[in-house]
Amino acid sequence: MAKLIQSLANGLNLGSIYALTALGYTMVYGIIRMINFAHGDFIMVGGFTLFYLIPIMLKLGLPAWFAVFVAIIVCVFVGVMTEQIAYKPVRGQGSTTALITALGMSLVLENGALVLFGSAPRNVPPMFSLSEVKLGSITIPGTTVLTLVIGIVVMVLLTLFIKYTKLGKAMRAVPEDKIASTLVGINVNRIITITFAIGSGLAAVASMMYTTSYVSIKNELGITLGLKAFVAAVLGGIGSVPGAMIGGLLLGIIEILVKVYMLPGTYEAVTYLLLILVLLIKPTGLMGKKVSEKV
Amino acid sequence: MLKVENLNVHYGVIHALEDVSLTVNDGEIVTLIGANGAGKTTTLHTITGLKKATSGTVTFDGVDLLKEEASKIITHGVAHVPEGRHIFIDMTVRENLEMGAYMYGRKQKALIEERMEDVFQKFPRLKERQNQLAGTFSGGEQQMLAVGRALMANPKIILMDEPSMGLSPLLVQEVFDIIKEVNAQGITILLVEQNAKMALKVADRAYVLETGKIKLSGDAKELLRNDEVKKAYLGA
Repeated sequence: MAKLIQSLANGLNLGSIYALTALGYTMVYGIIRMINFAHGDFIMVGGFTLFYLIPIMLKLGLPAWFAVFVAIIVCVFVGVMTEQIAYKPVRGQGSTTALITALGMSLVLENGALVLFGSAPRNVPPMFSLSEVKLGSITIPGTTVLTLVIGIVVMVLLTLFIKYTKLGKAMRAVPEDKIASTLVGINVNRIITITFAIGSGLAAVASMMYTTSYVSIKNELGITLGLKAFVAAVLGGIGSVPGAMIGGLLLGIIEILVKVYMLPGTYEAVTYLLLILVLLIKPTGLMGKKVSEKV
Repeated sequence: MLKVENLNVHYGVIHALEDVSLTVNDGEIVTLIGANGAGKTTTLHTITGLKKATSGTVTFDGVDLLKEEASKIITHGVAHVPEGRHIFIDMTVRENLEMGAYMYGRKQKALIEERMEDVFQKFPRLKERQNQLAGTFSGGEQQMLAVGRALMANPKIILMDEPSMGLSPLLVQEVFDIIKEVNAQGITILLVEQNAKMALKVADRAYVLETGKIKLSGDAKELLRNDEVKKAYLGA
């Protein structure tokens, strides 16, 4: 029983990282119907920013987690630049072109990081010194609790933002109808850029959560984490914000349970098998809406 | 006053509009009639910046609309109810109307509420169902919502593209009544219609567009009696 609860806690920890990453995919997909495969690499960029900045922060006598704010700025900058330089010029050229461009950008960032930071894994210094939470015989690391809390807070804020604010409503209006959005005075390109900025900012938060839990980063981080989060987004229903959360948490729990109770080496196989099954049985995912193509 | 002069528009090599000139005076209902593909929708799209012109000018109250971004046109008092209504089907009726007031700043909440009340008064059905998803509306209700959304920005002129399309005869009459009512409040209307008979009845003046060129223009009631118009567009 203790083992199960421990595993579930670990699963939720991993799951909230997936969920936050999947949110980045889903937000961008929701607005321009494009899978931004470079999103995982934004998290890698955030990770390296933390790696280099935490020692500087400490030297300046500031709390280490101040580095997160800089990481958010860096990630937003990289995200918006990616959109402006690579994605905007090919908008309207069809989904295949957009997909290939996104894969290309992912490779550019991954190999750019290889040139800049080398291929050796780096250990990101800890940002928080939290005591463990003890529940009877179970100990849950403080970082797990923190990761979960931050994950939930971000998701709730994002949901409220999209539902109730003017900007959030515009972000829902644009993917629904670009013509109508333009006619009521929404600058569609601006909304797309803002969506990328928010998605990339979330990537920085995800990199904080990842590095506090798993410490080690390298230039290929984006590919593996990105693919997993993509599976989570599809599982939950791509384009759906609650779907990304549920898909992420579910995938995290499944992976940890497979690791603990089944053959540890097979958990990734299970993840991708899950992707295939979802695509075969319910391609719209758990929360996704049925999309009917307009003629 | 809306003034279109020598407007030329191309889709690739296709010359969609050829030296189109028209004026819509304040307070008028002017209709643009013509067959499918004559360029009626293109004319409206070019006025509101959805389509770029090759040459020519479009001014509204002295403002050069062709130089403006499409999303800025509404701020000059020019609203456009596009063909097919284009309401936001996954948003509630109230949210649709709020989007219509998008150009207003955050501090103009009172003004937005005032506009909303105004629209609700005109269309009580929208008020009753303000929290319903717009996608659950029938065609006629959607058209009402599309007009309501345009009214939210308090426009001086509304460009309406095929408002009667796909509606039953009873609803067509209702839509034309709405157009008259909106116009009676001092809002100028430029109406594009395939239902030429109804359009000419409600309009003050009309232009007949044929393969991208203005073929005829004049008093709407006179055009209603014009033999050429009768033969080509009124099915008589």
